[in-house]
Amino acid sequence: MAAPARYRPSRRALALFLALVALLLTVAASLAIGSREIPLHTVWDALRGLPVTSGDAAAVLDLRVPRTVIGLTAGIALGVSGAIIQAVTRNPLADPGILGVNAGSAFFVSLAVGLLGVTSPQGYLWFAFLGAFVATVIVSLIGAVGRGAASPARLTLAGVALGAVLTGIVSAVRLSDPKSFEILQVWESGSLQDRGWDVAAPVIPFIAAGLLLAALLGPSLNAMALGDDLAASLGTRLVRTRLLAIVAVTLLAGGATAMAGPIAFVGLMIPHIARWIVGPDQRWIIALTVLLAPVLLLASDIVARVVLRPGELPVGVVTAIVGAPVLIVLVRRRRVSGL
Amino acid sequence: MTMEPRLRTTDVTLAYDRRVISSDLSVSIPDGSFTVIVGPNACGKSTLLRALSRLLAPSAGEVVLDGKSISSYHTKEAARRIGLLPQSAIAPDGITVADLVGRGRYPHQTLFRQNRVGDDEAVALAMVATGVDDLATRVVDELSGGQRQRVWVAMALAQQTPILLLDEPTTFLDIAHQIELLDLFADLHEAGSTLVAVLHDLNHAARYATHLIAMKDGQVVAEGPPEAVVTAELVEEVFGLPCLVIADPVSGTPLVIPRGARHRA
Amino acid sequence: MTATMRGARGEVIRRPRRALAVTIALAVTALVLAFVALGLGDYPLDPLEVVRAAFASDGSFATTIVLDWRLPRVLVALLFGAALGLSGALFQSLTRNPLGSPDIIGFSTGSYTGALLVITVLGTGYVSTALGALIGGMLTALLVYLLAYRQGMQGFRLIIVGIAVTAMLQSFNIWLLLRSSTEVAMTASIWGAGSLSLVGWPQAWPSLIAFAILFPAALLLTRPLRQLELGDEAARAHGLRVEGSRLVILIVGVALIAVVTATAGPIAFVALAAPQVAKRLTASAGLPLVPAALVGAVLLLVADQLAQHVLPGSVPVGVVTIVVGGAYLIWLLVREAKGRL
Repeated sequence: MAAPARYRPSRRALALFLALVALLLTVAASLAIGSREIPLHTVWDALRGLPVTSGDAAAVLDLRVPRTVIGLTAGIALGVSGAIIQAVTRNPLADPGILGVNAGSAFFVSLAVGLLGVTSPQGYLWFAFLGAFVATVIVSLIGAVGRGAASPARLTLAGVALGAVLTGIVSAVRLSDPKSFEILQVWESGSLQDRGWDVAAPVIPFIAAGLLLAALLGPSLNAMALGDDLAASLGTRLVRTRLLAIVAVTLLAGGATAMAGPIAFVGLMIPHIARWIVGPDQRWIIALTVLLAPVLLLASDIVARVVLRPGELPVGVVTAIVGAPVLIVLVRRRRVSGL
Repeated sequence: MTMEPRLRTTDVTLAYDRRVISSDLSVSIPDGSFTVIVGPNACGKSTLLRALSRLLAPSAGEVVLDGKSISSYHTKEAARRIGLLPQSAIAPDGITVADLVGRGRYPHQTLFRQNRVGDDEAVALAMVATGVDDLATRVVDELSGGQRQRVWVAMALAQQTPILLLDEPTTFLDIAHQIELLDLFADLHEAGSTLVAVLHDLNHAARYATHLIAMKDGQVVAEGPPEAVVTAELVEEVFGLPCLVIADPVSGTPLVIPRGARHRA
Repeated sequence: MTATMRGARGEVIRRPRRALAVTIALAVTALVLAFVALGLGDYPLDPLEVVRAAFASDGSFATTIVLDWRLPRVLVALLFGAALGLSGALFQSLTRNPLGSPDIIGFSTGSYTGALLVITVLGTGYVSTALGALIGGMLTALLVYLLAYRQGMQGFRLIIVGIAVTAMLQSFNIWLLLRSSTEVAMTASIWGAGSLSLVGWPQAWPSLIAFAILFPAALLLTRPLRQLELGDEAARAHGLRVEGSRLVILIVGVALIAVVTATAGPIAFVALAAPQVAKRLTASAGLPLVPAALVGAVLLLVADQLAQHVLPGSVPVGVVTIVVGGAYLIWLLVREAKGRL
């Protein structure tokens, strides 16, 4: 039986190609646009190492390149972790934060701010990462213990419950101290501002590991979408797949949050859109997500940089405003599939 | 059977969005019959059943129940006359068999008349008839596919309607339970109910039906008693399967013996 | 729900006693806690004194404390908690999703937007904020419904549109907060966490009247809900008007949360947790409405008492409900896993 006409390999390949083009354009725009006006050829010269004015070189090489790289990696990480979490929980409302990643990061960061007085993104980095790990470990324990081991419903509820507890405590901290309030409010909106190589470099290996794991999990996730019984008969080890998926999500979403703070919506929206374009095969969904998610994040970052020049909006604020209308238009199309 | 048939369609066009399944289809369900609709996959038999049960509104023409257009009935009134075994139903998390069967009593219950003795009796009878009464307190999620199917049939039976529509009721059942269920339907038919079933097994259809409707590509190709409809020519025309038709040695009804590629003369 | 049912051979085949027992236990718990709560505060009274003070009419100090100061808040906590629990149960049944909550339709976020606009543009004021919240929430719900409606309501589309609109409004809210001074932002955030401290009799009356209509309406929806649980096809086959019922359930659910949000700000998590907790406690299929309401009532009452008497400063009750509710849900999940439920 031929594949349904809508999902023919040629059409999927076309989608990937267009997404790649969009990504390249967005990356170029991200390098070219900023609060400092730099003509395109100068940007190109700076990238190639040719002599340009030191101010321009600094702007391009020390600010824009790392920022673009972080936007790229965070976008990929958020998108892929979103795809995995939706496949595992089979819940269209699930985003990477559902496992408590964002809440855990926020919790540890608020401890860092409230108790230790840390104020810089570099400082938050490891707290955020550690917080993400601890939270998902706890959620996995709650969700994976005993009967109904790691079932989608239990994981979802466990994540929501733990997320609630941690968020509540963080709220209490925020509302009791104006200084913490300010700092946490800025961090919690997610931003790519003032993040350089020192933020990106330590985290990228973790994200790379997460991506590798995600790629390896692709076929198992496909099998899981068929339902537990069928998946088991196809040889998938359900519990193992779910736990590995959780590890992947933690690495990816935790890494992204560590670098840029909690950025919502990217992980939620892109996998749905990818599925509507390339169909339910998880491998294709992940592939398209890898290309589309950073387009959303970088495009949002560009808007964030430009709208309030010379100031900036936090990128987490813009992603929804840019992405949500697209999501609404797409979901109103006639043949949209649920999970 | 001298009255106007209770349930019929007049020149209906049935479509999903823009995909037309049947057009200008006129079908009458003889009163008090055990009508079976047969046909190859995607011939429109399930679609016809859905239209007859009000689940699908025709884009042209109308479905007539007891002389009035079916859409003019109050929904509960229609549900008291036509019971349906749906193709896709969800068993709520953790529900017991008795509870689920009990949900079928909804058309007979009003705000102030819930769960009277009549309801309990109907549920009990339905469960005994389908052989799931010993599973009454079990959680539906834990049952086998066959047991669950029988629970859904019990829910449809609990509706206690004079007309019963059944879409592939024997799915997932082993042969013994299939025959048991079909015998149950035959009993109901003898007691006066009108049944309309979509069956995929042609020999079961020939054995149990009093009226057979063969469909292909959204149209009725033949209808009538099984002896008249189930002939080798018709089976080949509708299903594309060469075969031999003999009289079933047990029941005397037509028995289709396929001639597959390996057994062609 | 009959107490016992006899099969064709006379044997008993149904005993839904657990659900009934749990419901009664919850109601009793709520009452006991209410009396205890009426005795807490700067002038502590033991439960007996509370009862005497409540039913005396001698204008004594104790009576004033109990009836004028404390009763409104305790009653509001119980009723608002119940409303939230009911609303959550309705929405989760409607969306067939444990993550389904009134915020699916963007209501809470929209009401926060309305309130924020009022606070940042017009300055703080109880009535104006309440109105802003109400209008913001209603408009958002309407917007989501209209965007999701396309030849009928498909659950999945509602969820996605709700997510999209909610996300946009959240961004807008954050932007509004970032633009304001820290003072205003903190005040707004405190409203945003939900608090019962400003709710006295004058503020409570409108909600009490609304509940007198909405609570019975919600309970009347029990049977249509049970049918919808079976899936649209089966529900239609049983004679339920599916689209109409869904709309009514949506309206009642939104109305319940609208009343609470306008009066006390968005109190998160009760609507999400109470139905799930109730379902596990009563071991029932689907989401039971009355137990969900009772769990919500107990949860909010306990949270509010903790916020008032135990925690330092003025921690909003919304923060406490989140922590307490979350912790209890975790405990239930662990117990469920160990098969001891």
